[in-house]
Amino acid sequence: MKRPPSYLLWFVLAAVSACSDGERERRGLLERQSVLVFAAASLTACFQALAKDFEALHPDSKIDLHFAGTPQLVLQVREGAPVDVFASADEANMRRVIENAKVVGRASVFARNRLTIVVAKGNPKAVRGLADLARADLRVVLCGPEVPAGRYARQALEKAGVVVRSLSDEPSVQAVVNKLRLGEVDAGLVYVTDWASAQEDLDAVAVAGEHNVTAAYPIVSLGAGENRTGAALFVDFVLSSAGQALLQRYGFSSP
Amino acid sequence: MNPPRRQLRRHGSLPVPLLGLAFVAAAFFLLPLVGLVWRAPWSRFIDLVTGHDVRSALSLSLQCSLAATLLSLLFGLPLAAWLALGQSRLRTSLRVLVTLPMVLPPVVGGVAMLLAYGRNGIVGAPVDHWFGVALPFTRAGVILAETFVAMPFFVLTVEGGLRSLDARYGGAAATLGASPWRVFRTVTLPMIAPSLKAGLLVAWARALGEFGATITFAGNLAGETRTMPLAVYVALETSPDLAIVSSLLLVVIAACVLFLLRKQWFPSS
Repeated sequence: MKRPPSYLLWFVLAAVSACSDGERERRGLLERQSVLVFAAASLTACFQALAKDFEALHPDSKIDLHFAGTPQLVLQVREGAPVDVFASADEANMRRVIENAKVVGRASVFARNRLTIVVAKGNPKAVRGLADLARADLRVVLCGPEVPAGRYARQALEKAGVVVRSLSDEPSVQAVVNKLRLGEVDAGLVYVTDWASAQEDLDAVAVAGEHNVTAAYPIVSLGAGENRTGAALFVDFVLSSAGQALLQRYGFSSP
Repeated sequence: MNPPRRQLRRHGSLPVPLLGLAFVAAAFFLLPLVGLVWRAPWSRFIDLVTGHDVRSALSLSLQCSLAATLLSLLFGLPLAAWLALGQSRLRTSLRVLVTLPMVLPPVVGGVAMLLAYGRNGIVGAPVDHWFGVALPFTRAGVILAETFVAMPFFVLTVEGGLRSLDARYGGAAATLGASPWRVFRTVTLPMIAPSLKAGLLVAWARALGEFGATITFAGNLAGETRTMPLAVYVALETSPDLAIVSSLLLVVIAACVLFLLRKQWFPSS
C-alpha cells in the first residue's frame, strides 16, 4: 500500500483544533447564565411553568430544560452530559446518579405523586378498581418495570394481590396515555398528574389508598455543570413556597 | 464489467483531497463501532448473549425482518414497476407517497399506523368488528410496522434500476410476440437483478434495525413483540452492558450476512 501523503496529518490536526473551538463556544454560552435542567418525563408541563416563573424572577438567567424517561437521563448524566440540575421520578435513580456523578449538596424530595387507573371517557368497561384489571375482557398496558411508573404500578398490583397481563411494557407514562387516547387499550396505570393533564379525553378510577404507592421526586444540583450559582437558585426556587404552589396546581402533593 | 473503475486504477489512486474526505467518512462510521467494542464487557460476553431474553429477541427480529423483506418484495416490486414503467399521471404523487415513510419519524409512523390499522383505526375498526383480528401488540403488527419503514427503500432502489433499463429490449421481445407478463419475467427481471438484490438488502437491514414504529404500533412485550432494537432500548435503562453486547451481536450478525452475500450481491467488488 502507498504511504498516505503527509498533509493528511495536517487535515487531522485541523479537525482536532476545530474541536477545541467548539469547547470555547460552549463556555461562551454558559457565561450567559443558562442552567441546564434534566427532569423526568412526568414533570414536563410543571417544569416548563417553573422555568418560566424562575426566568421572570431572575431576568439574567435562562433555564434549558431536557425531559426524558428517568433511566435515560441517568445514562446521559453518567456519560458526561454537562447537567446543572437533575430531577428524578424516583429515589433509586437518584441514588444511581449520586453514585456515578459529582453532586453538590444533598438531594431533597420536592414533590410526591400517586397512581391512578385511567380509562376511556365514561368508563365504558365499568372498571372499579385494581382487581378489575385482571379481567380477561380488558386490554391493559403498564409502563415497563425499568421505568419508575412501571415499577410503582407493579408494587401497587402486588399489594392488591392482582396479577395483570400487560399487553406491552410501554417506555413512558405518555405512551400509556396515548394508547388509551387512541382507544387501543381499555385501561392503564399512570400518575395522577398524567391524568390531570389528559382529563378532557380520559377518566380516572381511583386506586384504593391502602394499595396505592407514593412516588417521591428528588432534585439535586450536579458538579458536572458550570453554573453552580444558577443551579442552586433554581433548586431553591423549586423548594420555595411559590414553586410548591405551582407544583400543586399540576396535581403534585408537597413532600 | 466496470470500465471507469478500471481506468481509475490504471491512473493511480483517487485524488488525494477526495481520499482524505473518504477517510473521514469511513472513520465516522468506524469509530462508534470501535466505541462499542471498547466498552463491551468481554469477560461476560457469552453469558450475556446466551441469556433467554437475547435469544428470544434475536429470533423474533430475524423472523420479522425476513417476513417484512418478503412482503416488500411481493408488493414493492409491482409498485416499483408501476412507478418506473407505468403511464399513469399519478406516478409523481405516488413516488412522493412512497418516499414519505422515509422522512416521517418512525414513532410518528407508528402513531399513523395505529390511526389506520389500530382497533379504532379506519381499516382496523371494521376488521376487528367483523373478523375479531386486531394487529397492535401482535407479531403480525411488528411485521407490518417493519414493512412500513423498509419497503420504501426497496421500491426506490428497484425503481432506479428499472428506470435505467433500456426499454428497447422489452420492446424487441414484445414485437416478437411475448406477452407483457413474459417480457417482465424473462427480460426485465433478469436485467434488474442487481438492483433487486440491493433493494432486498437495504430493506432487510432497515427492518432489522427498526425501533420507533415497532414500539409505537406493536408495543413492547418480551417474546411477543420485543425485537432486538427494543430489547437494546430496555437494556440501556437497566443494564448498559447487556445493551452494548446485544447491539454488537446484531451488528456482527448483519455484517456476517452482508459478507457472505458479497459475491452474489455486490458483483463489482
